[in-house]
Amino acid sequence: MVDSSMVLWGQTIAYTMYCLVILLVMGWFAYKITKTGKDNRVKPALFYTFVGFLTVLGVSLHIITYNTIPWTPVDLNRSEYVPDKTFDITVENHEFFLPAEKLVIDCNDLVLFDVTSKDLTYGFGVFRQDNSMVFQMQVVPGHRNDILWQFDKPGIYTIRSTEYSGPRGIFMILKDVVEVLPCEGS
Amino acid sequence: MSFKNTFMNGAESLFKPDSLTQIQKIVLRFVVVGLVFYAFAVIEGMIMRIYAVDPISFISTDQYFAILTAHPLVGIFGSTYALVFGAFLFLTPYLMKKPLYSVKLANWALILLTSGVLLFWIAGFISHYAPLYTLYWPLPADFSQFSVWGGTFFILGIAILMVGTLFFIINIFKTIIYTPEGWEKQPAAALLGSAIGYTGLRNMLRKKENKKEHLVPLPVAAIARGTVDMVLNTGIILFTGVLILVFMLGNILGFDLEETAVDALLYKNWFWWGLDLIADGLVLIFVAGTWYLLAVMITGKKLFMQNIARAALLLELVVSWTVWSHHLLSDQAQPAVLKVVSGELVTAFELITQGLAFFIVLATLWAARPLKMTNPLKFLLGGLLGFALAVPAGIMQADVGLNRILHNTQWIIGPHVHVAILVGLTMTLYAAVYILFPIVTNGAKLYSQKLANIHFWFHLFGGIGMGAFMGMAGLNGMLRRTLYVDGEFNTYMILAALSGSLLLIAFLVFFYNIVMSLGLKGVIGIFMPSKLKTKELLPE
Repeated sequence: MVDSSMVLWGQTIAYTMYCLVILLVMGWFAYKITKTGKDNRVKPALFYTFVGFLTVLGVSLHIITYNTIPWTPVDLNRSEYVPDKTFDITVENHEFFLPAEKLVIDCNDLVLFDVTSKDLTYGFGVFRQDNSMVFQMQVVPGHRNDILWQFDKPGIYTIRSTEYSGPRGIFMILKDVVEVLPCEGS
Repeated sequence: MSFKNTFMNGAESLFKPDSLTQIQKIVLRFVVVGLVFYAFAVIEGMIMRIYAVDPISFISTDQYFAILTAHPLVGIFGSTYALVFGAFLFLTPYLMKKPLYSVKLANWALILLTSGVLLFWIAGFISHYAPLYTLYWPLPADFSQFSVWGGTFFILGIAILMVGTLFFIINIFKTIIYTPEGWEKQPAAALLGSAIGYTGLRNMLRKKENKKEHLVPLPVAAIARGTVDMVLNTGIILFTGVLILVFMLGNILGFDLEETAVDALLYKNWFWWGLDLIADGLVLIFVAGTWYLLAVMITGKKLFMQNIARAALLLELVVSWTVWSHHLLSDQAQPAVLKVVSGELVTAFELITQGLAFFIVLATLWAARPLKMTNPLKFLLGGLLGFALAVPAGIMQADVGLNRILHNTQWIIGPHVHVAILVGLTMTLYAAVYILFPIVTNGAKLYSQKLANIHFWFHLFGGIGMGAFMGMAGLNGMLRRTLYVDGEFNTYMILAALSGSLLLIAFLVFFYNIVMSLGLKGVIGIFMPSKLKTKELLPE
């Protein structure tokens, strides 16, 4: 299944390619405008084509991600899903309070993390052991902060706050507190 | 000329501060203040880059976060606002071919901006008040972490700065619509309608023969429309400041006001609506207007697709009012419809409005080739490149799916924010500084072209390099607004710090070049009262 590392890998390739192209185009343009050219006119048709291209690009990005990133439709329609497991987590005074010492998850289960802040705005993020991010959300006091996630790879994960909540917030890390059990047949 | 003589009197002793009009002096004062605050921001930035590699022992964590709070505020309000105020207080009357409405108001805008920035900076430095520029509720009123007095002076500084901003706004709009003494009565309503885009909008519905001509030049229309966003964001920031001050005064007077009286999500929405009128509003509109002006001044030709450019500025204004929700894509209580419509689709419009401005400027330059690669032209191209890199990065993160794994990572602040501000915006401002330099100094000569070239290349490579390495760290999970004390991302952070040092060197080289161009006596002379009491922009 597509996971966050695969999505980020795809984004890295796409954005790097774009950067190289735009750097080359601007370099070429900077060189060419210092030289005499045969035809200096720019046809309006080229302009309108460019605007049309940008419109298609801007809209299609979201259509593509909606249909290829598995968590996007789940996230936007999460009230329609029934979670296999729910974890109610509280945050107060720069500390996470988990329902158990370790959050154990069966592979491929749809898990709901329901996080409540009793004071400040925090973040809630799950990270792999190499520090890369699995997902995150904001934790706003006075509101429900819930996220559905399906873990399809076994492993040990860390929870940390992903939003600044004052200097004390940098210590809001719970190392190795999420365990996803081995998947069937793996 | 000897080094000492040049240092004292400027390159070839050409700069004569006594020859400057009042307006020229105000513009140059704004530039000096803007550059000094840029020095603050770049030094703070360098400290944070080093801290990201290895926390500096004599700077405490609390001090680090105070720096993190002050850095963007000094950069945007202290430096960019000062440079923009100076440039536009000159360009608006210059392009409208009439005197500035009020010299006194311009001077007060400078005084309030400078004192407001200094006040919040000093308050943050001494008290370590550090709720960040986002001020997420109720952090600014969390007096278990922050000094209430430090916070009070900090917010007061922001409020003073906002009053200075209001003075600038009044001066700009009054300059567009007022009738100078001895002039024929000016059509104030028609001028305002043309400036903010109402005439253009009506023209779209009129028959060709009934279309009305535009009364204000295109760059002035950009200045006016960006200033509309400035009015709104100044109001939001002032309102929020007063709200925070109420809680602070309550605490000082012994009343413990209930923080839950303010809904944190609603607060986040209105505050981001206001902040985004800067980031996705006036900055983009001012930049597009400055690009158009630079393209016309550099080529001496008409702007390509001028009417479309004018319409795009109006579209950008409307987009800027409805785009804020991309900052709340990770807030689960934010309605999904706002996430998709405002957060994703309206934000995607910025690709079109900025892309359109980008194309129009390139087409205008292309039509005038061959062009000499002057300082304004090369910095303009750098500015265009900066936005060409940063806007798509922003569009990517303004996606519900991608935001889930990019929000609050170094990706946001690197390839998007810093590349947009340092490469896109700052290089555009440098282009404006280089092109206006001989006009506002009455023909002073740049001390060294070699130094200007070093400034360009170091700034370009430094800005893009820093953004790129921060972005790579972000894609690997590194968060912003926190500290990693075990060197988890040191490879990227060392490379980002090296790139940052290029930016610092570029600035020092530029600053030295400007001081050597004007001379120490010249720089001091800028701050002396003008001997020419005329309201005219330039000496006769």
